[in-house]
Amino acid sequence: MISSAIIPQPLARLPWRLIFLIMGIGLFGLVNLYSAAGGSIQPWAMRQGAALLLFLSLAIALSKVREETVKQLVIPIYGSIVIMLVLTDMLGFVGKGAQRWLDLGIIRLQPSEFMKPTIALMLARFYELLPAGDIRSFRAIWPAAALIGVPAGLVILQPDLGTGLMVVFAGVTVMFLAGLPVKWFLIPGGAIAAAIPIIYQFLLHGYQKKRIDIFLDPESDPMGAGYHITQSKIAIGSGGLFGKGYLQGSQSHLQYLPEGHTDFAFATLTEEWGMVGGTIVVLAYLFVIRWAMKVAANAPTRFAQLSCAGLAAVLFSYFAINLLMVMGLAPVVGIPLPLISYGGSAVMTVMICLGLLMSFERQQRTRSTLS
Amino acid sequence: MNPPMRFTSVHQSLTFSRRMLVVGGAQAAVAGALVARLGWLSVKENQKYNLLSEDNRVQMILVPPRRGWIVDRGGKPIAINRSDFRVDLIPDQLKDAGRTVAILTELLALTPDEVDRINRDIKAARGYQPVQVAENVPYERYAAVTVRLPELPGVQPMRGFSRFYPAGPAVAHLVGYVGTPSAEDYQKSKDPLFLTPGFKIGKQGLEKTLEPNLRGTPGGQRIEVTASGRLVKELDPKPDRSGGTVQLTIDAGLQEYVARRMGDNSGALVALDVDTGDTLAFVSMPAFDPNSFSAGIGRTEWRMLSEDDHKPLINKVSQGLYPSGSTIKPAMALAFLKQGIDPRQRVFCPGGLRIGNRFFSCDARHGSVDMHVAIERSCNTYFWAMGLRTDPELTTEMVNYLGYGQEFDQLPISQRYGTMPNPKWLEKKYKRKWQGFDSANTSIGQGYVLINPLQLAVMPGRLASGKLIQPRLLAGARRQRIAPVAVDPEHLAIVRNAMAAVVNGSGTAVGSKLPLDGIQMAGKTGTAQVFRLTARGVANSNWALRDHALFIAFAPADKPKYAIGCIIEHGGFGASAAAPIVRDSMTYLFDQEKAWATLEPLEKQWGGSLAERNARQAAAFKAAAQVPPAASA
Repeated sequence: MISSAIIPQPLARLPWRLIFLIMGIGLFGLVNLYSAAGGSIQPWAMRQGAALLLFLSLAIALSKVREETVKQLVIPIYGSIVIMLVLTDMLGFVGKGAQRWLDLGIIRLQPSEFMKPTIALMLARFYELLPAGDIRSFRAIWPAAALIGVPAGLVILQPDLGTGLMVVFAGVTVMFLAGLPVKWFLIPGGAIAAAIPIIYQFLLHGYQKKRIDIFLDPESDPMGAGYHITQSKIAIGSGGLFGKGYLQGSQSHLQYLPEGHTDFAFATLTEEWGMVGGTIVVLAYLFVIRWAMKVAANAPTRFAQLSCAGLAAVLFSYFAINLLMVMGLAPVVGIPLPLISYGGSAVMTVMICLGLLMSFERQQRTRSTLS
Repeated sequence: MNPPMRFTSVHQSLTFSRRMLVVGGAQAAVAGALVARLGWLSVKENQKYNLLSEDNRVQMILVPPRRGWIVDRGGKPIAINRSDFRVDLIPDQLKDAGRTVAILTELLALTPDEVDRINRDIKAARGYQPVQVAENVPYERYAAVTVRLPELPGVQPMRGFSRFYPAGPAVAHLVGYVGTPSAEDYQKSKDPLFLTPGFKIGKQGLEKTLEPNLRGTPGGQRIEVTASGRLVKELDPKPDRSGGTVQLTIDAGLQEYVARRMGDNSGALVALDVDTGDTLAFVSMPAFDPNSFSAGIGRTEWRMLSEDDHKPLINKVSQGLYPSGSTIKPAMALAFLKQGIDPRQRVFCPGGLRIGNRFFSCDARHGSVDMHVAIERSCNTYFWAMGLRTDPELTTEMVNYLGYGQEFDQLPISQRYGTMPNPKWLEKKYKRKWQGFDSANTSIGQGYVLINPLQLAVMPGRLASGKLIQPRLLAGARRQRIAPVAVDPEHLAIVRNAMAAVVNGSGTAVGSKLPLDGIQMAGKTGTAQVFRLTARGVANSNWALRDHALFIAFAPADKPKYAIGCIIEHGGFGASAAAPIVRDSMTYLFDQEKAWATLEPLEKQWGGSLAERNARQAAAFKAAAQVPPAASA
């Protein structure tokens, strides 16, 4: 905390170290987007910068919200997002195509984005309400499974497998931390592993199947569907230890790397900054997540504990899934790297998570000073 | 099951802390794995990915290397490159492909087939790969395209090179021809050069077998392009390296002379230097024009060539197999001498010989003959009789040793090497014992004996020099030590004397003495039966049923320098058809003026030089082919 006589108290009490870290990552992202556009702040860096500032303000505003308010609002918010997801799917069904956006006339909303932090809060709320003695009973499981399954199912139906998986991942992390017996994770985990071939065969869409095929063997179709992963690996691999130099990345500048400003922004970055640049990004994220986990560990209430850990899980899954995908360790599922990839919705989601975490953190401190 | 335990919020809090450790640890582990993966890709595999990235970034507009020349022993060109005009286009730079192709079709008078091909290529093209529109464009049309370039973005009029063979058909079977690589060629090599417009590979003959020497390395403009093929900048160009020049042992003058001297005959002639084995002439006639083959032959010309009964598409020197006929006799005589037959020993020729229950008839009643006379006058009876007195195994071995039935594997030319039969071979192939009539047939070069014209020159060459020469074609090839023929030199002298008498004494080829002072030619005629309808098919009016005429020779008879083997398909007697051609070719080697003087009246009589007659034949065929299709239907 910065303590100075000149800086007003409310400002000084913000978690500045985190904010600097976030702004640092964001700035690196902007610098990278400037390069991805061929050395121009148009069309991406400028707008991304604006989005970063806007949503950082939103996060700071959110940090003023009290835990009680969050608790009261979480159920209605969860309910309305589920309704919006249903509407989105119905529109998509009518429009006969992938539908992720809900056009409300003035703004277009992507309700699945809001579901990521909301699922963590919703489950935290559920386990807070569940009597401690019931945690090993079936009552601890099925409502939580339904709370995760319904929105995740709706998102996967859109179809947006990546976001659906993130919702499941965040939810399951909260369930795990709530203290459910470990066997409840191992048995379904084993069952899912066994069911993967069946899911692959009957439930996945053609393009999703193809992505998994390509993930298992990207070189099988280097000019076709394996192109993304192949080119991304070339970009990262050719960067070497220190990179090709800023604005010198041939893979991104000559457009061999597809989506070099969005999903594959990390490849653009490591091509020019090398392993050193990439590692700095990984470490920066790790610090953010460690901060979030600390907030969770120090949280005084069960709701705050589980909420913070769940939000940390959302942040972690964002970053981990994207990097695994970009480096060819996971199928291409279309998850951006928040703050680095161009795109306002990922920034918004991350800032909502961080705003809520900052709010929990602030209340810890105020509480601790009171007690 | 455990008895239900009361689970309190204290427990809950403990569980939470423990599990937070697990989750945190898992997160750290994943992050560690990510960094490790990053290191693997960007440090461990850096080289591989750097290469791939450069492959992406830099493309090369290939410029086909100029093909190496083929020159004769004196450096005279046999195959060279002539600059020509060509038009290519770069699909990426086209504004309106349809309109551009339409304009080019009009300017270059492209046929619908070609337009189809161009449209197909444009569709299939990727990146900066140019597509050929036309090659060998006449200057006026080329200029017409150049003038309209401003409205034809992406069209590239260029100077290119095409293969040119100054001697045309005379060298066709020796050097072969070049052509655009086929789809299979590309599949085999996967070399992008094969897709470059204007690039040609050897399709036949030396052009094919010497391809690695002749091709050279392509150069090109290195350019940096985006994934969609847009040019970013030009990098420094890489110069091409033209293919190496290949020098042949061929004497281009002789080669052309022989080709012309053959007239309308179908035949082959090979001339060798008897000391080195250098092949001086390698002629198979009639032949196609490799120039029109290299430019892409038309359907009509192809049909004309493939329907011709003189088989201009077949290389008779290395692919044609013929009975050797009496040309085998000098080799046979040497085999007899080696087995102790006294050359003075006489055989009475009453006009034939009864072997078993069959009477073999000689060409004439030669009376009492010794070896010298038997060769000089080609008496079959003597060779039948001696063939029966000697060991067929040893006899045939000697003939084979002198070249008949041998494959000369150091020649860069695929050969059918025929058969020199022997008892073991017969046993293996036909499962029967060697009989007296086998000896008899073999003794006069009939029966199973099959040779190619190359062997027909090697055999007299070896007899003449007493060296086991190997025919050579590449002047640069390493010279190997040449072993002497393992026979008594006196025996060789006997055979050579008899061969000299064939031409200069009272032999079968006295009509073919060299018209030169002090230089005599030695030789041996041969007539190979094609068809056993009459005893001798010489006078047969049906060309295809007439006997093959053969002649082998060396000169000067006393101090041999050159050897020639010649076969004229269906030429009748060796003395009448083949020997004069050999005589004139041999004359050329000693006195070119005299040789040309002999040819001039002959060509007048045939109706013009080779080129003129070829052109007339092609025109006649084209006219015949253009009879309206209704007539053929």
